[in-house]
Amino acid sequence: MAHRRVKDIDYDEDDLADYSEDEYGEEQEELSPEDKVQKQVAELVDNKEQMRIGTINVREALGAGHPADDAAIQEALWHYYYDIGKVVTYLKNQHRPQQTKKAKQESKFDKAATSAAAQAPTKATKASYFFKNVSWFNVPSEMSGQILVESLYPPLRLLGGSASGSGKPSKLAALAAARKKKEAEQKAAADQAADTESGKTTSGAASLLERLGGRPARTAPGLENQPPREQGKMAEPSTLKTFPIRKRKSPSPPPAPKRRPSSPKPSSPATQTQMETKQELRANPSIFASAMCGNTRPSLEYGVKPRFQQNFHTILFGDSDPYAKSNPFAGPSPDDVVAQAQAKGSKKQTTSQKDSKAVNGVANGVSNINLDEPAPSSKVKSKNLDVLAEYEKSDRKNAASFVVIGHVDHGKSTLMGRLLHDLKVVDQRTLDKYRKEANSIGKSSFAFAWVMDSTSEERERGVTVDIAMNHFETDKTRFTILDAPGHRDFIPNMIAGASQADFAVLVIDAGTNSFESGLKGQTKEHALLVRSMGVQRVVVAVNKMDSAGWSEDRFVEIKQQMTAFLTTAGFQAKNLAFVPCAGLTGENVVAPAPEPAAWYKDAEKFNGETLIQALEAYEPAKAAITQPLRMTISDVFRGGVTNPLSVSGKIDAGSLQVGDSVLAAPSGETASIKGIEIEDEGADWAVAGQIVTLHLVDIDPVHLRTGDVLCSPQKPIRNVRSFTTKILAFEHVLPMQVDVHRGRLHVPGRITQLVASLDKGSGVVTKKKPKVVQPGTVARVTIELDAAVPLEVPGRVVLRANGATVAAGLLEQVHQ
Amino acid sequence: MKLVKQNIEQKDGTGTATLLPEEPEDMWHAYNLIRPTDLLRATAIRRVQNESASTGSTFSQRVQTTLTLRVTSLDFDPQAGQLHVSGKVAAENKYVKQGQYHTLDLELQRPFTLEKEGGWDSIALGVLKESLDQSARAELWAVVMQEGLANVCLITGHQTILRQRIEMSIPKKRAGASSSDHEKGSARFFSTLLDTVLRQMGLSPPTSSTADPKPLLLASPGFTATTFQSYIKTQAVQRGDKTLSSLVPKIIVAHAASAHLHSLAEVLASPAVTAKLADTRFARETALMDRFYALLRADDGRAWYGPREVERAVDRGAVGRGGGVLLISDALFRAQNVGVRRRWVRLVDRVREVEGGEVRVLSSMHESGRRLEGLGGVAAILTFPIEDVEEEEGVEGEGEGVEENLNGRVEEREVREMVI
Repeated sequence: MAHRRVKDIDYDEDDLADYSEDEYGEEQEELSPEDKVQKQVAELVDNKEQMRIGTINVREALGAGHPADDAAIQEALWHYYYDIGKVVTYLKNQHRPQQTKKAKQESKFDKAATSAAAQAPTKATKASYFFKNVSWFNVPSEMSGQILVESLYPPLRLLGGSASGSGKPSKLAALAAARKKKEAEQKAAADQAADTESGKTTSGAASLLERLGGRPARTAPGLENQPPREQGKMAEPSTLKTFPIRKRKSPSPPPAPKRRPSSPKPSSPATQTQMETKQELRANPSIFASAMCGNTRPSLEYGVKPRFQQNFHTILFGDSDPYAKSNPFAGPSPDDVVAQAQAKGSKKQTTSQKDSKAVNGVANGVSNINLDEPAPSSKVKSKNLDVLAEYEKSDRKNAASFVVIGHVDHGKSTLMGRLLHDLKVVDQRTLDKYRKEANSIGKSSFAFAWVMDSTSEERERGVTVDIAMNHFETDKTRFTILDAPGHRDFIPNMIAGASQADFAVLVIDAGTNSFESGLKGQTKEHALLVRSMGVQRVVVAVNKMDSAGWSEDRFVEIKQQMTAFLTTAGFQAKNLAFVPCAGLTGENVVAPAPEPAAWYKDAEKFNGETLIQALEAYEPAKAAITQPLRMTISDVFRGGVTNPLSVSGKIDAGSLQVGDSVLAAPSGETASIKGIEIEDEGADWAVAGQIVTLHLVDIDPVHLRTGDVLCSPQKPIRNVRSFTTKILAFEHVLPMQVDVHRGRLHVPGRITQLVASLDKGSGVVTKKKPKVVQPGTVARVTIELDAAVPLEVPGRVVLRANGATVAAGLLEQVHQ
Repeated sequence: MKLVKQNIEQKDGTGTATLLPEEPEDMWHAYNLIRPTDLLRATAIRRVQNESASTGSTFSQRVQTTLTLRVTSLDFDPQAGQLHVSGKVAAENKYVKQGQYHTLDLELQRPFTLEKEGGWDSIALGVLKESLDQSARAELWAVVMQEGLANVCLITGHQTILRQRIEMSIPKKRAGASSSDHEKGSARFFSTLLDTVLRQMGLSPPTSSTADPKPLLLASPGFTATTFQSYIKTQAVQRGDKTLSSLVPKIIVAHAASAHLHSLAEVLASPAVTAKLADTRFARETALMDRFYALLRADDGRAWYGPREVERAVDRGAVGRGGGVLLISDALFRAQNVGVRRRWVRLVDRVREVEGGEVRVLSSMHESGRRLEGLGGVAAILTFPIEDVEEEEGVEGEGEGVEENLNGRVEEREVREMVI
């Protein structure tokens, strides 16, 4: 992961150094010998002081009579970066066989020390803790250097298991850790032996330094363990010397992680010379920092914003506003950590008490249960992940879902079937099978559509009825297709699909009359619907160009008409893309346009991109992951033998993880999440914007229906029977009965009052209590529902009556 | 309903009528006929408590007696077709004293006598006449459905009664997985629905009647209704069930926009249905409401709704001869307050007799009546356009103050970017 981050930086910053493992040595040799010596001396002085204090502390902690000598302690201190607690534990382990009895006598003292030690590293491993008090902008170069070294202590376990200390590591990870610990112990023992042999009293660190090729001893992980207020000091020039440096092979002792830092590129010769001159001006810049950051030191180049740091946080947090979202309180607070540790301790005590006093067995049993399980009702154990932190850490490709819309029989399903086939998501054999079956019932042209239309009814009738979901992946992005039905009767299903989509693909039949009839029909209605549901971007696929003879005139004509229509519908022209293609033959879908469409490749007029290229141009928007959880259920089904009850849908807001308990509205029943699947792969957590499948337990299926909302029990969504909404009318709106749609949810209701007509632009009331709301105008209305359903401000609803979309609304106020 | 005896004075409407309800639909008419403050006389079963003079011990017995009540409230249960009338005893007899309360359950085949407080008005006479009309006996069963949701209802001349709602979670189709889950779910839904429909229609085995089943209307978006029709056909063949086979030819399939009850309006207006169901009352009402809505959309000032607006239009003589139509929901005549009832009766009388317009009383139990209720229960199609009815209305409206507040609150909030 860390490796990738640095790589990413390189893309942006060409002159930035790119190290690799072996090139690093070269770079070192190029340093002047004077420099090296100077630096070593400075570092040594600093280290000695710290070493001395550390040794005294450890001595104290160990108590008199501990066999470990100064050298051993110092060696251990060096390994643990002056973490006293760790050193004490380590030394104790080393000398356990000889003095188990002694240790027991001093147990109280030791326990205190170890528990203190146990808390320290958990803090340090959290990225959020490490970054605490560090500003993201204009970070002094020395600090940014330290951030990179953070990857020496990667919070994620490589072989599975959770990141936080409280979670249980996977078996594999545990095995690996054990093996690693053993090796490290052996090595440490060997080191120790070597040190004692040489009899040097200077310090273990010094001896190590020599072996490390004269590099400065102080490394960043030491800083990592310092409390945050000390980090503040590091910005001072005095600490410039203690500059972190990249570590070679792991001399790190036991539970030190194996993730190694990324290898940066060697800096270009130009930068190096520059750097050297600067070293003469200003004493002791670290090699690492200067190599990484080049000349980005603010003191040297005023007014130049270090681009490196910008890139860095982009990599860490994506494009979303990082500082607001990198919640410093996301993890458990220090108090919580203490409380947890105490709870653990008291639990142990109760157990031991129970052993001794069998009388109070029952009472103790009860208290044990309480302590063991924070949520006793749930059978599923939560890993207590910090989902936001996980999300920030996760190495993710862009993900986007798009809904395919358009008039019936304009070839939506076929185009998507072709796309999946050409991208090898659907293999040739399956397709051949479909082709044969389609031929046998005389619908040979439907073979590609059958990839999406999987039910027998859809195949028999050759019409998509319900949303079909499918996934595919390109180099840049993971896509989710939501293939919507085009027939007007199934618009409720299309609404359900569009509510899960990030952008839309509008498929238009280029054939004579087809385009025109579509524009009167669902091409228009769908476009208005997706716009009113918040979709901003539309890729217009002008389909069946083969039947129109790949005529440029036809394409241009359609493009002009559609641009005019879509811009009046509220889309911005820059968010529209037009691609001519032929779904059945597969031209300009994945493969480039054929010969007759040479005009399309003409760079003067068109950009010549294929459908897939147009899809990839999508830039994902940020999702509301810090809000309370909201997820609309789009399907309730039996996920298999082990998962008798599963639901799927898009997470509208918030995050969730395995073991979470969720509340289903409007039934008000709680359920526990037993498992999460994202794109058919298991996951431990999920955040807003993802389309997930949740396996639920502890709930009866009757409490879950499509259209229900899963929300967090702490901040549940309210069920409302009446609400005020601002609507954009597509038809005449009167006080009348309507179907209210929100995603999969649709309930009968009626417009009870036309409160006011509003000005389209400013939203100012133009007329109170109008008789009728004319199409194309904006009004505020009150709607009463037959049944209470979960709705929230600011939600979007669609009002339909008699099979036509009457209006689209934005919730302003919910009543009751 | 049968008219047993009637002595109503044509002049002032005083007098009584004795009626015999024969079928559940008649209870609906009785509900519309009997108003609070009317005098109702019918046989009743009352529990009477007696105290023995010597010991003071009490014993109670149920006695059948004829009671005369001054009606205070009515309670109609459309699903069961029962009417409960509460009132004070107006005529003493040996079991009850004057002023005691009693709740009568009107029963089929038991006559009741009704005397109107302020005399029989035109509306009451209209309802009476209509309730005695034996010819309009159209009845049909309708199922509005979509996948996983169905409303089974009985449509009679005057009511649409929702008998049962079936909601079932059918798994949606999913990529990769076989569609068997979806198909299994659909099959389960259809079988439950068929059982329900047969039970409601009285065609299920134990109570299976030999009589001709009533027509069954299936309506849905998409192909659900068609698929269900073919499911019934295959079931009829598979089961070898005669009643089921006799039902098959009675099935009408129509298109509905959704499975919600209010889409029945669209179904009943569709030519496929009107052709088969001839000129029934609900079809007429639906057509009339559609016409009203069309005029309202045209926005030429010839369609007005709402109590005050309509009254104003009538005052100006716009609801008169040559196309003026007053649409009024029967719910307005059931108002608790006599004054309110009189107001509407006067309006109807005026349009009918003075202005010469047409008056249609819509059943609030039909979808068309529900639509009208949304508009305030009364609407009018005018003979000539009036543009300024609304302006005149000014600010004196009752709910105005409250709404003002609400508006203020809403407007204070930041005006969000609208969809377009």
